[in-house]
Amino acid sequence: MMHIKVNGVEHSFDGDPDLPLLWYLRDVLGLTGTKFGCGIALCGNCTVHQDGKAIRSCVTSVGATAGKEIITIEAISKGGLHPVQQKWIEYNVPQCGYCQSGQIMQAISLLKEKPKPSDEDIEGGMAGNICRCGTYQRIRAAIKAAAGENV
Amino acid sequence: MSDSILNVSRRGFLQGIVSTGALILSVRLVPEFLWAAETSAGSHADHAILHPSVFVGIDTDGTVHLVAHRSEMGTSSRTSVPLILADELDADWKRVKLEQAIGDPRYGDQDTDGSHSVRDGFATMREAGATARLMLTRAAAQKWEVPVSECESDLHVIVHRPSKRKAGYGELASAAAALPVPKKEELQFKPKSAWRYIGKGATSYDLVDLCTGKAGFGMDARLDGMVYASIEHPPVLGGKVKSYDDKAPLQVRGVTQTIPIKPFTPPHHFQPLGGVAVIADNTWAAFQGRKKLNVAWDNGANASYNSDQYKKELQETARKPGKVVRNIGDVDAAFAKGGRVMEAEYYIPHLAHATMEPPVALADYRDGKVTVWAPTQSPQAVQETIGEELGIPKENVTCHVTLLGGGFGRKSKPDYAAEAAILSKATGKPVKVVWSREDDIKFGYYHAVAAMYMKAALDEKGRPTAWLQRSVFPPIGSTFALNTTYGDAGELGLGWTDLPFDIPNHRAENGSAENHVRIGWFRSVANIYHAFAAQSFANELAHASGRDSVEYLLELIGPARIVDVKASAPENENYGASTKDYPLDTARMRRVVELAAEKAGWGKRKLSKGSGMGIAVHRSFLTYVATVVEVEVDDQGEVKIPAVHTAVDAGVVVNPEATRAQIEGAAVFGTSIVRSGAITAKGGVIEQSNFNDYPVARMNEAPYKISVYIVDSDAPPAGVGEPGVPPFAPAVCNAIFAATGKRIRELPLSKA
Repeated sequence: MMHIKVNGVEHSFDGDPDLPLLWYLRDVLGLTGTKFGCGIALCGNCTVHQDGKAIRSCVTSVGATAGKEIITIEAISKGGLHPVQQKWIEYNVPQCGYCQSGQIMQAISLLKEKPKPSDEDIEGGMAGNICRCGTYQRIRAAIKAAAGENV
Repeated sequence: MSDSILNVSRRGFLQGIVSTGALILSVRLVPEFLWAAETSAGSHADHAILHPSVFVGIDTDGTVHLVAHRSEMGTSSRTSVPLILADELDADWKRVKLEQAIGDPRYGDQDTDGSHSVRDGFATMREAGATARLMLTRAAAQKWEVPVSECESDLHVIVHRPSKRKAGYGELASAAAALPVPKKEELQFKPKSAWRYIGKGATSYDLVDLCTGKAGFGMDARLDGMVYASIEHPPVLGGKVKSYDDKAPLQVRGVTQTIPIKPFTPPHHFQPLGGVAVIADNTWAAFQGRKKLNVAWDNGANASYNSDQYKKELQETARKPGKVVRNIGDVDAAFAKGGRVMEAEYYIPHLAHATMEPPVALADYRDGKVTVWAPTQSPQAVQETIGEELGIPKENVTCHVTLLGGGFGRKSKPDYAAEAAILSKATGKPVKVVWSREDDIKFGYYHAVAAMYMKAALDEKGRPTAWLQRSVFPPIGSTFALNTTYGDAGELGLGWTDLPFDIPNHRAENGSAENHVRIGWFRSVANIYHAFAAQSFANELAHASGRDSVEYLLELIGPARIVDVKASAPENENYGASTKDYPLDTARMRRVVELAAEKAGWGKRKLSKGSGMGIAVHRSFLTYVATVVEVEVDDQGEVKIPAVHTAVDAGVVVNPEATRAQIEGAAVFGTSIVRSGAITAKGGVIEQSNFNDYPVARMNEAPYKISVYIVDSDAPPAGVGEPGVPPFAPAVCNAIFAATGKRIRELPLSKA
């Protein structure tokens, strides 16, 4: 029996420890805000936070998360909206929106590491997150705005 | 429209809910977006006290229920179309509740494709809104015993002008419902000056949900007791299962059974591909089980398909005379007169849609009826396809449309929804079919590979005296009918038979090509390769003549005029629109060229070494788009796109913000086509599998700054989802030529 802490709640799990966290979140816990895009850490749609840092949940086994804190898009803000989510709304970032949970989780992690990211920092931090609709320009603007820059 | 303006009798809403047991069961688990949508017992709009049309219902508390009958895949159709109705109704958008329509012919055409949702919806939505507004106005006049002419709407209330009395829509709804539904001739539409939302737009109705993980995509649909399926499809189109061994998959924890799915009967249409399904209690177990399946295939005739060989065949066909699809003057006689002759060949490979949400659907079969939740661009096609596959009337299929994690044309084809229905019937449980990324890339309805041959003769000033263009591609028609090898009028009308260049001798031809994979609509469709050839070649002629690209392009377009396309291409369909309402107007085409060039600072800015600007213009889906792309090419040939300036004339624009977003997205989509997109086959098997070998543009590769300029226009509304794509690739390649002197005639750059 494993104990996995997701969004502040401890769950016990006696299934396959190799089950990727993505599918544990989605199929077992019903937390569908985290998305499946490629299954091999190429698109970033499945990004969640492990101990505050962005990870790809599609290649992280449930077993490997024991003793760690997992936070998903559903709980990234304690009440109301996270400032990054607010900027996402202000800059009208999403088109289809499917990738945006992962984009937002990645952006929050990036801003923690680099509170005033340069263009290069943003590209470096976000290049792993694909948006097929092509909202990159707005993502960049929203990140800069969240960092307090005038854009 | 007149069919849908009905005073629908109030049906028992609760009774309807109870009769759809699956929905009640699912309320706990299915996100609100999914279950709050219309049920087979009717929509919230139907059950509102005042409901003069299938698209609108008004409750006594003033809530306005609007039905979104087109799908949301990122283009804002779900928001922009009902917004038109809200405007004409003079409703407060904040008091509007949207519900997503199920598939139902009473809504008319529900296909979200061809960039025509706003175009189709404009008149229909205004009529529905004006109808409800007139009924409310009459109810108020009756209540106050004053002439109707003294009453008017003002944001969710009716006002009696002389006395300044007011009554809210909710307060008037019951009385209005007792009145007869007015005839179309009685309606009065708001003048443009009174529009509240049209031209100003609104952000997506789902914006907050999309930023908080709450939005309901097809991938997120859940029902109690559901199981998950992953399907091993035949690796070659038309292949069949000879035998398979499921001992190993059944030992995977969570896997419960395997189920063979019969192969399709050609032509493939929207039928499932066949294969073997692995059923499990979670998605990952189904994926794992599938990897252990041992299937012996009979690959069939398409195993001969090799892209290298096929490319040569297409190119050879393009060099020979083809079927004439448009003719002006006498090209042969003009070539015989001599002049400077230019020739060029262009090529674009198959492309895959690669929607971020791969194909997925949840279906529940019970007693000869199916309820399905699908991210689909065509819920009525879902009904028809499942009806045919299961041998049940399509009316017995209820299709709930979830949000789509991207569409781009892939989700117009409901093969994956039919798979879910087949498997639900076979297992007796709700089944969610989930395609992996590899399934999505390997088993798509691909954008057609195309080869183009171009030839022109130039006079001493560099003006073409003759222009010949030939395109060869496996047609989309091959998906629907066997032995279809020529493009149909629809495909050829996409930027080929409607090229509005002012050239006295002009001939367009199309060559024959057999399909060996499924061919389907892909954002802007045949316009992609047609615009690439025509706009690249136009630029080659400009350079050959030593002329400025913009000036030369304007000269090719010629003077402002209406081009009578049908005179030279009788089969041209003008995107299904009348040429009276939507003529091909070169004044509008010239204007976008001039605007994009001006905004980009064309000819006015000194660019550094290795930098260049390129321009291209194209009319598609009745919208005119010109784009100027600036590139920087480094010593290694790596291309960066610092700036894009795009001018758009889409007629009346309902939602400018959504339009800008679509054009921005089209530039990124176009960047993928230019840089890296290529689907190839060997032995009939697709060689690509995921984003490693089918890369799409990432942030660091996408244009840095895309500026969009919308032309203020009173022309009827046209499309915005697709028209940004076609001019992008030729504009980039023209810019690369300007920067480096290297002409790109084949895409993607990664293969060049």
